[in-house]
Amino acid sequence: MAKTRYAPDRGLTARMTLTMFLLGIVFVAFITVLVLVLSATGRVSGGAIIFFAVLLGLVLGVGSLFYSDKIALSTSGAQLVTPQDGPQAARLHGIVDRLCALANMPKPRVAIAPSPMLNAFATGRNSKTAVLVVTTGLLNNPDLNDQELEAVLAHELSHVAHKDVVVMTIASFLGIIAGLLVRFAFYSELFGGGGRGRGGGNNNNGGALPVIFIVLLVGIVTYAISFLLIRLLSRYRELAADRSGALLTGQPSALASALQKVSGSMSRIPQKDLRSAEPLNAFYFVPAFKAGGKEVALSNIFSTHPTLERRLRQLSEISDQLNKQA
Amino acid sequence: MGFLDTLLGRTKPAQPNLDQLFELPTAAITLEAGMNMVPTGTGSVCFRAAEGKAFSDIESDVRELLSMGSGTASVEVTKDSYGFTWLTCQHSKDDFEALVTDLHAVNSSLADGGFGPQLLCTLVSFKDDSGRKLGIIYLYKRGTFYPFAPTSGEQRDNALELQVRGQVGADLKIEPDLSRWFAVWGAPGL
Repeated sequence: MAKTRYAPDRGLTARMTLTMFLLGIVFVAFITVLVLVLSATGRVSGGAIIFFAVLLGLVLGVGSLFYSDKIALSTSGAQLVTPQDGPQAARLHGIVDRLCALANMPKPRVAIAPSPMLNAFATGRNSKTAVLVVTTGLLNNPDLNDQELEAVLAHELSHVAHKDVVVMTIASFLGIIAGLLVRFAFYSELFGGGGRGRGGGNNNNGGALPVIFIVLLVGIVTYAISFLLIRLLSRYRELAADRSGALLTGQPSALASALQKVSGSMSRIPQKDLRSAEPLNAFYFVPAFKAGGKEVALSNIFSTHPTLERRLRQLSEISDQLNKQA
Repeated sequence: MGFLDTLLGRTKPAQPNLDQLFELPTAAITLEAGMNMVPTGTGSVCFRAAEGKAFSDIESDVRELLSMGSGTASVEVTKDSYGFTWLTCQHSKDDFEALVTDLHAVNSSLADGGFGPQLLCTLVSFKDDSGRKLGIIYLYKRGTFYPFAPTSGEQRDNALELQVRGQVGADLKIEPDLSRWFAVWGAPGL
């Protein structure tokens, strides 16, 4: 088809590619440095630490990927619903049915979480395990009209289509391993026995401290860099989901107004709820937990979601794009 | 979506497949011969209106085109509770082909204007002597059809739907994935 109003955002694509590329570089550099350090000293204990860190990291990563839907459902206390479970569930299913038919994607399972927060999230590693969770707060909110609710759901369905849970879990893998490594190295040093004892068999005790120290340092630096890159990637993927969601419904302004309403209410949420909501934060529509108060620039680079201004700006660009006379 | 599109979070909006619609007249004959289901002469196109003038211009063009096209046809525009727009055409019962041609005109106008991804489905309605209602729904993005038979309340007559699938399976490409046979309660023209 020659004519389309749905041109991809090349700038966003390029920035996302660059971020993933940098993450890959950091990962390769991390492994290379570790192998160099270890082969220089020829120590077995360091190798064992790395081996166990990677192994445990893999187990954690794969585990969270495979159980992401169950973990999210039980953490949020959400219940899967069918269209027969009352008028609210029927309405939710109706909206999701139509959006999936528009987007030509398989329908995810739908769940409702009993929470006063205005929020929605999607999880699951593939289209079969995907779950779309909506809070009762969002469903019952009188301020949010049907179009705005639909816009929020379209955003979440875009996360499912983009397989953001898988992408972000793989991206976090590096951070998990670096974090584990730092912890292992620290404990093995702290308790002296494990790591050094095994190496001590071949009269090499003196080299233990610097090696562990270097591993520790490399791990910390890797963790810091990958943490920032992952957050950056997460923000780009939010923008991508906003974009796809707005194009799917053809109503970027409805998403913009939903964002405004939902993020406005977020700051009123009591602290206790916020803490219990924190682990799921990255998959939420709007983060329930705000990092900084006034230091906007600094808190932005740690944030999982782009600023409201940035998201609204993109949506108004899409609105212009849709409105261009063909 | 391809691997790269997934990786980069790009969604290519699904484009509609418009050609299958002309298989409907054959299926209508089969339905009448096999199950005594006759077309009511009503059909509708459902789409999600995009915001902005570009879309509303096209929408009003379509309305104009339909209302002056053939003398017997009447066109009605309704918005359902989900925010989707239904353009309903009413033709005489015998002129099923003209109805399908009109419905196709709506599709191609929207697609030519660059709004193909906004199309949701097309519905043509049938009924039999005992008053059972049946809609044959065309899913643009899949290029497939499925039957939808609402009874009183929000209940579907699944037996009738499956029977219809067996009847017209040779004429129409029926959606194989039953989970995509979504209900359109209160659809205009049904």
